[in-house]
Amino acid sequence: MTSSTSTAQGGVPAIEFKDVVKRFGDNVVLDQLNFSVAKGDRVTLIGPSGSGKTTILRLLMTLEEANGGLILIDGDPYTHEYKGDRWVEIPEKRRRVVRNRVGMVFQQFNLFPNMTVLENIIEAPVNVLGLKKADAVARAEQLLEQVGMSEKRDFKTNQLSGGQQQRVAIARALAMDPEILLLDEVTSALDPEIVADVLGVLREIAETTDITMLLVTHEMQFAREVSNRVLMFDKGQIVEEADPETMFTHPKHERTQEFLKAVLG
Amino acid sequence: MSDFLQTLTSRLPSLGDAILVTLELTLGGAVLAMALALLLGFGARTRSLWVRGPSRVFIEFFRGTSLVVQIFWIFYVLPVFGFKMEALAVGIVALGLNFGAYGAEVVRGSVASVPASQWEATIALNMSWFHRVRRVIFPQAWALMIPMLTNLLIQLLKGSALAYYITLHDVNFWTTQLRRATSETVYSFTAGLLVYFVIAYLLTWGMNALEERAKRRLGRGTRPSLRDVVGLRPAVGTAAITGRGTAA
Repeated sequence: MTSSTSTAQGGVPAIEFKDVVKRFGDNVVLDQLNFSVAKGDRVTLIGPSGSGKTTILRLLMTLEEANGGLILIDGDPYTHEYKGDRWVEIPEKRRRVVRNRVGMVFQQFNLFPNMTVLENIIEAPVNVLGLKKADAVARAEQLLEQVGMSEKRDFKTNQLSGGQQQRVAIARALAMDPEILLLDEVTSALDPEIVADVLGVLREIAETTDITMLLVTHEMQFAREVSNRVLMFDKGQIVEEADPETMFTHPKHERTQEFLKAVLG
Repeated sequence: MSDFLQTLTSRLPSLGDAILVTLELTLGGAVLAMALALLLGFGARTRSLWVRGPSRVFIEFFRGTSLVVQIFWIFYVLPVFGFKMEALAVGIVALGLNFGAYGAEVVRGSVASVPASQWEATIALNMSWFHRVRRVIFPQAWALMIPMLTNLLIQLLKGSALAYYITLHDVNFWTTQLRRATSETVYSFTAGLLVYFVIAYLLTWGMNALEERAKRRLGRGTRPSLRDVVGLRPAVGTAAITGRGTAA
């Protein structure tokens, strides 16, 4: 199976991959991948490590460059386009227009150590989106409240625990008002007892917003609760897709069965 | 000895002028060097060969040729092609070019030491390249590069003594004049050593304070004791940091 289309009702998909190829040296990570995600979808990518899940998120954030194919955001060409027959890179200036719609939360949080919690959150809204500082601060305070970090507003980031840093990172991504939020193993670096806090924050965001979410996670229970669609990857291809209930209880494909048996025990 | 002291005292006003010239050379050279170091250090990191190539050539050329020859070349040869500058400007330009090349390697190495994940976060927030560097990458690289820049600044100060050979009345010149006037070789040159040492010490002191401030901004300041700030040794923890950066 090489293609997968959105289950949602018509309209332009939020994300569309068309024949996307990604190689690292001789290693083909994505081989002509096709799939799309409808607006407001919550899609979990599962699969063994090296299957290309994280690469998909990194391509969407332009942290990696594709070697072929097209990535469309709301139907707009994002990283590359065809000019006649020629496959060409879209210049940074145009990419930035589209990139404003995409946000990402990282496994290792990646907060800026030279800024306080509040400064981390308002930096891009003020300097990239051009918000007034007072407005950005008001919004940041609201987000800090939402992730339960109001008290740490003026702390330096290295005074925070991992779970606290990740909650700030989530607030920072949301402050940019993304239409699409990419979550790359956001709980993998956290202590088990803190994972629940962070997942709680994400669950609330999923319930209260219509942000399109694409998540790579090993928290199968969380994937089941939050996402409405699960894609199983193996060797850079989608081997199976289903709603979470079906995927986790009645996986059809042999690879999915093996994988789920290994992670769920 | 008392004759020497008398002459020395009478020459203190001219020492003030000499120190001023040395400081002008050092600080002027340092400002030019830092500007070049930033330009070339980031230039040497870009993907574009058209920027990276010339940056590398410039760095290698000015690192690989003698400072003395560079000064003489700018002072004596450049006028042949119609570019004549004042001696002070020649000194500043030569020191700036030479130490800018060394500084570029410091900048490049320090910027490379900032984790790639920090760049990725700036991309995820859709910052422009300049914004990324100015607000996120440079402040972190800055804390790493200061100890190495301090070294270069002290070397630049000492290198400025060459200005005497292009007619400038700097500390080196003053020392030589003192020796001529007193015939006291030992005392005169020792006095010269001490003057350079005191200037170097003050510069180090200032740079250590800068480093302390930069680290505190990253939330890992070592509460500075007076000894850390005044001491010759850099503040605690820099050995590990300098070890990671690329040496010039």
